[in-house]
Amino acid sequence: MDIKGHTVHRVMIAAGAQIAEEYYFSVLLDRAERRYLAMCSVEGGMEIEQLAVERPDALARVAVDPLVGIDAAKAAEIVAVANFPEDLRGPVADVIQKLWTVYAEEDATLVEVNPLVRTEDGSIVALDGKVTLDENAGFRHADHEALEDKAAADPLEAKAKALDLNYVKLDGAVGIIGNGAGLVMSTLDVVAYAGEQFGGVKPANFLDIGGGASAAVMANGLDVILNDPQVKSVFVNVFGGITSCIEVANGIVGALETLGDEASKPLVVRLDGNAVEEGRAILAAANHPLVTIVETMDGAAAKAAELAAAAA
Amino acid sequence: MAIFLTADSKVVVQGMTGSEGMKHTTRMLASGTQIVGGVNPRKAGEQVDFPGDVTIPVFGSVADAMAATGADVSVVFVPPAFTKAAVIEAVDAGMPLIVIITEGVPVADTAEFFAYAQSKGTRLIGPNCPGLITPGQSNVGITPATITGPGRIGLVSKSGTLTYQMLFELRDLGFSTAVGIGGDPIVGTTHIDCLEAFENDPDTAAIVMIGEIGGDAEERAAAYIKEHVTKPVVGYVAGFEAPEGKTMGHAGAIVSGSAGTAQAKKEALEAAGVKVGKTPSETARLMREILTAS
Repeated sequence: MDIKGHTVHRVMIAAGAQIAEEYYFSVLLDRAERRYLAMCSVEGGMEIEQLAVERPDALARVAVDPLVGIDAAKAAEIVAVANFPEDLRGPVADVIQKLWTVYAEEDATLVEVNPLVRTEDGSIVALDGKVTLDENAGFRHADHEALEDKAAADPLEAKAKALDLNYVKLDGAVGIIGNGAGLVMSTLDVVAYAGEQFGGVKPANFLDIGGGASAAVMANGLDVILNDPQVKSVFVNVFGGITSCIEVANGIVGALETLGDEASKPLVVRLDGNAVEEGRAILAAANHPLVTIVETMDGAAAKAAELAAAAA
Repeated sequence: MAIFLTADSKVVVQGMTGSEGMKHTTRMLASGTQIVGGVNPRKAGEQVDFPGDVTIPVFGSVADAMAATGADVSVVFVPPAFTKAAVIEAVDAGMPLIVIITEGVPVADTAEFFAYAQSKGTRLIGPNCPGLITPGQSNVGITPATITGPGRIGLVSKSGTLTYQMLFELRDLGFSTAVGIGGDPIVGTTHIDCLEAFENDPDTAAIVMIGEIGGDAEERAAAYIKEHVTKPVVGYVAGFEAPEGKTMGHAGAIVSGSAGTAQAKKEALEAAGVKVGKTPSETARLMREILTAS
């Protein structure tokens, strides 16, 4: 079965419900206020974003203190602010406390129930829901890994994950390897910006190899990227902070040796920071025919985009 | 004077005796940081040797370390599962500033220890951050001190490597303090906290602010700059090419829908009079123009 491009591998079947009324409830992380936020409305079922914009008063927003959570008093406050009729406040507050238990005990960052319904026979049922789990808390929830839909992942992303690489597949032609999430995100932008001069060349992926760029990690990263048929050139952008550029350069040279003939696409390398001169000297001495060293990030991005455009 | 951290800051390291703690304590000592103690209840009373004939005592608790040394900064290197307990211990001991380097802390733990620290008036920086450096005076965390020097630029950033990039590009002009606030969804110190501190710091002449996709911290910072910051601010935002709904390394760097996009952040900053560079190098050039013109 296919729903909007997502292949469905598992289906949950639940009993039908005779719906009398539809409500809305969610609890989520409020990044800006650095606490939790509960949202609740007696008008569920519809697009809640639309309700929030058009009639903000109809959506109760109640701050939740992380040190207290949603206890009986907080649940009572939520149903009161949401304007539930008196006779429903108790039963709905009970369900809200249970949903808080799910949020807290499963380390969720979102528990959203839409619609929360009152059935013809008067029970309150969470009919449909969305839960987002915190990956950082995976170490205390051994059961969460089984919930992941591995069949839905991109094959290159699955391979990268198996190699413990932080990789996201994109649609462009310039393969990207860098260290640090911020620098790699920035590298994608700088490549796309430089690519505007070459007919709109874009980055092919996000790949953060982290602080210690060992030869093995570099080889794994290059292996994944060179197996992407869309990739026409590769941009290795590393800032030697803790790691010296000597290790990074040795990593690149070692990776190219390991890969041998499999490494078949041009590599543009930009190194900066700790021991940069020594690092560049190692790459220059190796004199690999596929490798071009460019001193600046902007210049290297332009070179990688140019090479990708030429190979397309 | 700098912000949050000076040559007089006395630092204890929670998790000093672990491998990361040992490695980075060595580096912090080499960059001039006054490290006065480590904390590990199982190794209390021991002395740990570091290069340069330096010996650092290990205390059984943060409270003991503070009583014995007058420490006023704690830096946390303990693993994610123990970070909450370590931070709460330091807050309870009355530590004024706690810098949490640990990556991978569950956000529910951060929400709890942040709320607790706030109720006691303790400043937290991080988690999942490189820490902060006042070049030539003190360095708390994992920033490589040798890539930059002292000067009059204040820097605040979510990203570690982009902080390093900027510290390096502007190393000749130098920095008053650079604060890596971290990329997690909840961080103890925000862009706005740092902007306010830099505005009030006589040693800071201009400010670089580095943001990335996710949340609305940059938009809030833009509004704050418009109202309260008189010093020149140069900005950079990473993540224009990040696809919606995908996480790119930092737990916070998720785009969902229109809010939190790099474009929205850039526009908000420009509307507040901040010059925003298209690349890190262009951002460094904009800062250079400002400082060399005045």
